[in-house]
Amino acid sequence: MIDFSFFLEILPKLLAGLPLTIELALTSIVAGFVLAVTLALAQQSESPFVVLPIRGFVAVFRGTPLLVQIFLTYYGLGQFRHQLSAIGLWAVFREPYWCAIIALTLNTTAYGSEILRGAIQSVPRGLVEAARSVGLSTCLTYRHVILPLAFRQALPSYGNEIILMIKGTSLASIVTLMEVTGIAQGLISQTYRAFEVFICAGAIYLTLNFAIIRALAALEYWMSRHLRHRPSTRDAAS
Amino acid sequence: MKISRIAAIASVLFGLVQAAVAQETPKAITIATEGAYAPWNFTTADGKLDGFEVDLANDLCGRMKIECKIVAQDWDGMIPALTVGKFDVIMASMFITEKRLKIIDFTQPYAVDPSGFAVAKDSELGKVGISNERFKLENEASAQAAIDKLKPLLKGKIIGVQAATANLEFVKKYFSDVAEIREYKTTEQHDLDLAAGRIDALFAQQTALAATLGKPEFSDYTLAGPGFVGGLFGLGSGAGIRKEDIKLKDMLNGAIDAAIADGTIKTLSLKWLKSDVTPVK
Repeated sequence: MIDFSFFLEILPKLLAGLPLTIELALTSIVAGFVLAVTLALAQQSESPFVVLPIRGFVAVFRGTPLLVQIFLTYYGLGQFRHQLSAIGLWAVFREPYWCAIIALTLNTTAYGSEILRGAIQSVPRGLVEAARSVGLSTCLTYRHVILPLAFRQALPSYGNEIILMIKGTSLASIVTLMEVTGIAQGLISQTYRAFEVFICAGAIYLTLNFAIIRALAALEYWMSRHLRHRPSTRDAAS
Repeated sequence: MKISRIAAIASVLFGLVQAAVAQETPKAITIATEGAYAPWNFTTADGKLDGFEVDLANDLCGRMKIECKIVAQDWDGMIPALTVGKFDVIMASMFITEKRLKIIDFTQPYAVDPSGFAVAKDSELGKVGISNERFKLENEASAQAAIDKLKPLLKGKIIGVQAATANLEFVKKYFSDVAEIREYKTTEQHDLDLAAGRIDALFAQQTALAATLGKPEFSDYTLAGPGFVGGLFGLGSGAGIRKEDIKLKDMLNGAIDAAIADGTIKTLSLKWLKSDVTPVK
């Protein structure tokens, strides 16, 4: 019943969408990470004028579905064409590609900043005080003590977020971007074979995410060198 | 060897015939429509399905004296959902095409409606305006001549078209060398993008485009160029059914015949589509 030559026929067609999937995911993950670090650090401030707007942003983007956010950025803002062209932003919002990047980036920023905020707060107070006591400035304390510890702490949760973003790109097809899922839907409309096509598309995402999971595990291993038992030379000699 | 194969085929065929004879008259059926292709089928503000095909479906069910439930189903999953039995009939302005006939069966067409372009009035194609010409894709020479006339006017433009439609196949086949083609899940979405100025042209059934252009935000847009029928657009819009539902097909065909004969289709089509789409036999 399942026809393997059909898999071989659709696989290259689906893989043609992989560069766009990776491009969308990579751009939004990198931009989202930079913004997330910024927002997480800004939230360490005690001024409510800094903290409250960020909390509001995070609440909105964590509390609404990514699908709705993509729809709003693309079709929603499309209705404000004249206002957007007046401030010179229409060139950006006209393109489905940038709308998808913006929605994905803001979404991952909201989640990422929460993960990092929690991780920063989980750094033991004693360590921070120790750093200050030896005369490190706030900036240096963050650079050498708080952030390295926080990143290591955040890595497993942030890895989850990265995987969610890879899967989140599959929603970009609703704004006409032909990434893997978009191509899959096109193939189904030509062949009417939903099962084989979605199995194949699912396998592509699985492979991609598996590679990312392995890379993250390697990164975690590298970042926790100090926690592993180091066999001493004496043990080896005896 | 040969004889045994013939015997095998014969027994399969005999089985099919038996199955067909044994098929009982269905008492209740579920009809799926898209609910996003005004005025053919759409969802009203309070969530009810309405439009030409919804009225027609109710009329046909009355004639067949069976109970019908009409449900909304996303366009791009419609045929797979029919084949796995999520519902029994598709009435969603679906063209009867050779490709679809490989997977499902159709009744006779209940409407024939040409496909065409909608563009901004001040665009090159918009200035040419609407022509009432109809080109049958079977008449290759004249259809190709009409397409060649349109091509330079659409050079470098972005055409929006609904995914998984014969309209998409048409623009891909004839215009992908001059224009960029964007695929949308629903026609409502490409309408929004035309109004937003993200795309330059729409390609869809002319009745659906006319309904869109009737809205105030589309006052700067117009239908343009000729209409295309036949060929990869198939025979027109028919009700899609599973291949094995032979009895249901007969019943629906009979009801459509009656609805054509007594002018119901004409009345409904004038009411909803503002033009007569009754198929000419």
